[in-house]
Amino acid sequence: LGNTEIDEDTWDDLEASFIQADLGLETTETVLDYLKETTAREGITRTNQLDKVLKESLYALLDPPPPLNITGRDLSIILIVGVNGSGKTTSIAKLANRFKKEGRNVMLAAGDTFRAAAIEQLQTWGERAGVPVIANKPGSDPGAVVYDAIQAAQARNADLLIIDTAGRLHNNYNLMRELEKIRNVISKAVPDAPHEVLLVLDGTTGQNALKQGQKFAEATNVTGLIITKLDGTARGGMIFSVFTEVGAPVQFIGLGEGIDDLVRFDVKQFVDGLFEF
Amino acid sequence: MFESLSQRLQNTFDRLGGGRVVTEQDVKDAMRDVRMALLEADVALPIVKDFVGRVRDRAIGAEVHKTLRPHEQVVKIIHEEMRDTLGEAGRLNFSGSTKPHVIMMVGLQGSGKTTSAAKLAMYLRKEGRQPFLVAADTYRPAAVDQLVTLAKQVNIPYYEEGVSAKPTDIAKRGLEAAKNADASVVIIDTAGRLQIDDQLMTELEEIKRRTNPAEILLVADAMTGQEAVNIATGFNERVGITGLVLTKVDGDARGGAALSMRAVTGVPIKFMGTGEKISLETFEQFHPERIADRILGM
Ligand SMILES: Nc1nc2c(ncn2[C@@H]2O[C@H](COP(=O)(O)OP(=O)(O)OP(=O)(O)O)[C@@H](O)[C@H]2O)c(=O)[nH]1
Ligand SMILES: Nc1nc2c(ncn2[C@@H]2O[C@H](COP(=O)(O)OP(=O)(O)OP(=O)(O)O)[C@@H](O)[C@H]2O)c(=O)[nH]1
Ligand SMILES: [K+]
Ligand SMILES: [Mg+2]
Ligand SMILES: [Mg+2]
Repeated sequence: LGNTEIDEDTWDDLEASFIQADLGLETTETVLDYLKETTAREGITRTNQLDKVLKESLYALLDPPPPLNITGRDLSIILIVGVNGSGKTTSIAKLANRFKKEGRNVMLAAGDTFRAAAIEQLQTWGERAGVPVIANKPGSDPGAVVYDAIQAAQARNADLLIIDTAGRLHNNYNLMRELEKIRNVISKAVPDAPHEVLLVLDGTTGQNALKQGQKFAEATNVTGLIITKLDGTARGGMIFSVFTEVGAPVQFIGLGEGIDDLVRFDVKQFVDGLFEF
Repeated sequence: MFESLSQRLQNTFDRLGGGRVVTEQDVKDAMRDVRMALLEADVALPIVKDFVGRVRDRAIGAEVHKTLRPHEQVVKIIHEEMRDTLGEAGRLNFSGSTKPHVIMMVGLQGSGKTTSAAKLAMYLRKEGRQPFLVAADTYRPAAVDQLVTLAKQVNIPYYEEGVSAKPTDIAKRGLEAAKNADASVVIIDTAGRLQIDDQLMTELEEIKRRTNPAEILLVADAMTGQEAVNIATGFNERVGITGLVLTKVDGDARGGAALSMRAVTGVPIKFMGTGEKISLETFEQFHPERIADRILGM
């Protein structure tokens, strides 16, 4: 090996930064094995060369977000799902704001009839974004609200309906069945809908995100991911395994509590940010 | 996919043959298993290192108990160490400061502060106290509505003045209102914030200065990953937390964040949230055993 900058400490440091960015053991080991192999094969001796190989190997693990499947028909429907407090309602406000600015005729459905003041929360956001919100009473059947909202969206010629749902833990059988029912209501009203099912993951979450991905995908056929709260110091490295497992691309990143704090996912930016401590 | 730690350790020791005394090589291999299990459970890396170090020191040369196989011996040590690190369930401390006692709920966005505030009020009422809720989150849309709805739902008196005043002033006036209502404990619900948000952390310091809380509870999500250390350290350094509340324990997260937060702050875990419903059944005293088993995957 002789004149190499790369030693045991290099690998230990890399492993530590992977783990601390929440990549998880499996992804960490896969990437480290690949790096060690490549380093040996290509005779890499400098840490800055290694850095380049590392980043490129991580870029390759994620896909850039494809365009959302929300055009080319009268009414497109996005269903938003996720565990409690992950940032669903706030992300809906941000999406509504974004699509309205792009000239879309957006409407929101207050499908969380369970959590205290969830309806008022969405209504407040609706006012701020300047988009109508279809809601019913607290405690009412979410499927019925969703049905009403679809009718209203069609009647008022909205071309994009975004549906909020109550937070639920993926291991709660009954609540996951309820979500399936909501999905079925949508598909019955508009045959190829929902056109996007976006799973909202809290960027501070660790390895449990993988199970969230699996269970929500099973129940609702998730088509994309939103990772929130990456304006803090959390890295969100768990998305590598979620993406691998669920196969749904990260579409957006939440970077704050304001209505404009949502950006499209950028693989390079994300990966580079993982190691800026 | 997940092999339990005790299974893993058993395999390791079987492979090693295993004599009557746990040797250094036995321990080395076993500690690799422990490290993996803790990392899979989201225990933060620096905490894992400390923990494994302590287990190793206790395990090396430990005389294998007559009735225990070597892997069982190591599991026993791990269990004891885990219990020591997690500590007993902390009780609320109402000694000292003048009445009404103030409890501040703090934490990241969406961790469960408002929900836990309402549950805590119910819990205190059952203990024979007179709880009172203050809605000091003026940022999140409908946060005040949320707290008021919950307060009404479970019939706890509250103070709110909408969202145009400053949270620091609302907290102070809420405390006055609670005094007038003869409340014995005031729970202040604050807005979620990142520990690196200097302006909002300064606001918390100010609420603390003006209300002199007996307890500042950091409410944390059981699903939290490696970030747990930064969160707990950040809040503790700025406002000095006195206890932890671990929420969403009804999920299937392994909950390593509990160990991380407890270890870096030394502050006891006091309660666990185990459901969305506001009820006494979903707000429990912290069970170190239960969380220990979960973290260890046993
Ligand atoms: N810092 C930060 N906070 C966020 C972000 N997205 C959401 N939040 C905050 O996280 C908290 C929870 O957000 P909500 O949108 O209510 O989450 P939810 O998933 O709808 O919650 P439930 O409906 O209760 O399950 C709020 O305080 C939001 O302001 C983000 O990208 N960054
Ligand atoms: N399953 C479950 N859900 C919980 C628990 N505690 C809180 N929640 C849910 O988590 C979500 C967020 O709870 P909140 O009480 O609004 O959290 P918060 O910390 O006040 O949020 P912000 O004020 O936006 O920072 C809501 O959907 C709650 O119903 C719990 O123990 N179990
Ligand atoms: K959270
Ligand atoms: Mg919501
Ligand atoms: Mg709150």
